[in-house]
Amino acid sequence: MDRAIVNERKCTGCGACEEACPFGVITVEDELAVVGEGCTLCGACEDVCPEGAISVPQREQEGAAEQASGVWVFAEQREGVVPGVVFELLGVGRRLAEALGEELGAVLVGHEVGELAGELIAWGADVVYVADDPALKHFREDMYAEVLARAIRAKRPAIVLAGATAIGRSLMPRVQVLVGTGLTADCTGLEIDQERRILLQTRPAFGGNIMATIECPVRRPQMATVRPRVMKRLGRDSARTGRVERLELEELSSVIQVLEVVRALEDDVDLAAADVVVTGGRGLGSAEGFKLVRELAEALGGVVGATRGAVDAGWIGHAHQVGQTGKTVAPKLYIALGVSGAVQHVVGMQAAETIVAVNTDPNARIFEVAHYGIVGDLYKVVPAMLERLKELRGA
Amino acid sequence: MERDMRIVVCIKQVPETTEVKLDPATGTLKRDGVASVMNPFDLFALEAALRVREATGGQLVAITMGPPQAAEVIKEAIGYGVDEGLLISDPAFAGSDTLATTTVLAAAIRHLGGADLVVCGKQAIDGDTAQVGPGLAARLGMGHVAFVKAIREVDESKIVVERQSDTGYEVVEMALPGLITVLREIGTPRPPSLKGKMRAKRYQVPNVGAGELGVKPEEVGLKGSPTQVVKIFTPPPVGERRMIEGPEESAGRQVVDILVEGKVISLGG
Repeated sequence: MDRAIVNERKCTGCGACEEACPFGVITVEDELAVVGEGCTLCGACEDVCPEGAISVPQREQEGAAEQASGVWVFAEQREGVVPGVVFELLGVGRRLAEALGEELGAVLVGHEVGELAGELIAWGADVVYVADDPALKHFREDMYAEVLARAIRAKRPAIVLAGATAIGRSLMPRVQVLVGTGLTADCTGLEIDQERRILLQTRPAFGGNIMATIECPVRRPQMATVRPRVMKRLGRDSARTGRVERLELEELSSVIQVLEVVRALEDDVDLAAADVVVTGGRGLGSAEGFKLVRELAEALGGVVGATRGAVDAGWIGHAHQVGQTGKTVAPKLYIALGVSGAVQHVVGMQAAETIVAVNTDPNARIFEVAHYGIVGDLYKVVPAMLERLKELRGA
Repeated sequence: MERDMRIVVCIKQVPETTEVKLDPATGTLKRDGVASVMNPFDLFALEAALRVREATGGQLVAITMGPPQAAEVIKEAIGYGVDEGLLISDPAFAGSDTLATTTVLAAAIRHLGGADLVVCGKQAIDGDTAQVGPGLAARLGMGHVAFVKAIREVDESKIVVERQSDTGYEVVEMALPGLITVLREIGTPRPPSLKGKMRAKRYQVPNVGAGELGVKPEEVGLKGSPTQVVKIFTPPPVGERRMIEGPEESAGRQVVDILVEGKVISLGG
């Protein structure tokens, strides 16, 4: 499938690849190698290039699926801190690895990060592959992708998982193309089909109220990203043992430089830790509606959430967004005001213990997930709720 | 460089409503006949690309991969001020997953003669994967920076941006040729100009298909997609559900009582 990829920055137009190509599909034009139709991904060009400027995506091999083995988790770290989603992925990774009877590996990339390997083993990894180099101190898209792609080509895992974080969502699609395989983003479910030994990936799809199950039956690895708090971590066990393997790192380069790191959260909302979340949706009608949402949230000792529709309308900041492309929450009480209940929102809150919904549309999908539903105008319902609370507290 | 700076902006036409129909035979989206709009994130990509052209000069080309009706978003982009547009359409491309899509888009950019800067929106609201931007950069052999919230500097050799992270942002410099995906924060999209709209009306959108791009059938469409959707289902509704009837005022009071009684709310406050 497809053809060798030329890195235009590195290519000097020397023509070594043109000479080496057994199929004569490479030509040098304007001091740049161009790979034409007919490339079979044989890799002869990659082998001869003195600049490392041409590379071949992992080619389809017969039995690639049978040869691949092991579940990997990309153990993202930022300034030596591993985010919670990595431990959640080790939890689901452990389950998948056991279903396959294979190893669970973690891939750790950075500088002076070796000590984190012990933690990854305690949380479930059998092996930690470490790429440690000063050049890897900060996340650089091209260099990190090259490291992970090389590790994948060398070790042939069957499955690679990563958090759908700012890093994961930028890194994984790049690796997908370097390796020539399939990637499914924002999975809410991951299971092994035992008969065929393949990964079943479930996610909301098609912009509507549908869930889709996706497979990558032939190419390896099967890659997926998962949002934070969607999967559960298993326990931490400091008695667990595992091994550490250093990854080979020669000739790494990057066109990217990180000049400055700024820590700043635009709007600090700890949605994940809240016991009570009161969410406003498009049904509020305007940004002012969030005043009432906030009032109810404060009266209940909770925080304000929002649907993507409300955030996209500019009524409130993205930090409040609950849903597939926002945060996943599992509070004791979730109150949805003017929320239609599209599946991308529901996957972000369906684990709440008690769900209350208010919407003027009796057919709103939110009523299928709410434990208590009120069909009506939230601008009448919520003041009544606030009054009742006041009465009960005053008494 | 031998030519002027070339900026390519990738845009996509997406269904306007959430009531999308599936083709039962192939399990892929039926895009014809459904009201369509330009992917909202791509409006921000357009704005970013226009600002870059203001800074560097050169040519700005909008490309889109889709069914024939996607020519509409190219005309829209002309209205916003891009210099040229290209529709990449072929029945063979239908059903492409993100991997196959990057193959087609990269071939189209090569067909144009390459790009110094490629600008994409963060993600398309129908697929919601945010995968094509970074994947396209890898396919073109260029660097990329995703989730760009501001462009600080740009010239024909480099771009300096603010890249959003989970803990804040980083100031990042990338040597060109390169690709960026942008967030809403990049800036408010300007409205189309009258001159632009008039040009858009007359503009004949060029179209390229699989033949012109030299892509093989097994690289594109369903055949070129390693991932496939095997099942579609509606998630089952949750267990105990109770609707609270009556006028809003009494329903509001009643639900509070239920929650207090069930100890879901504590009156301690």
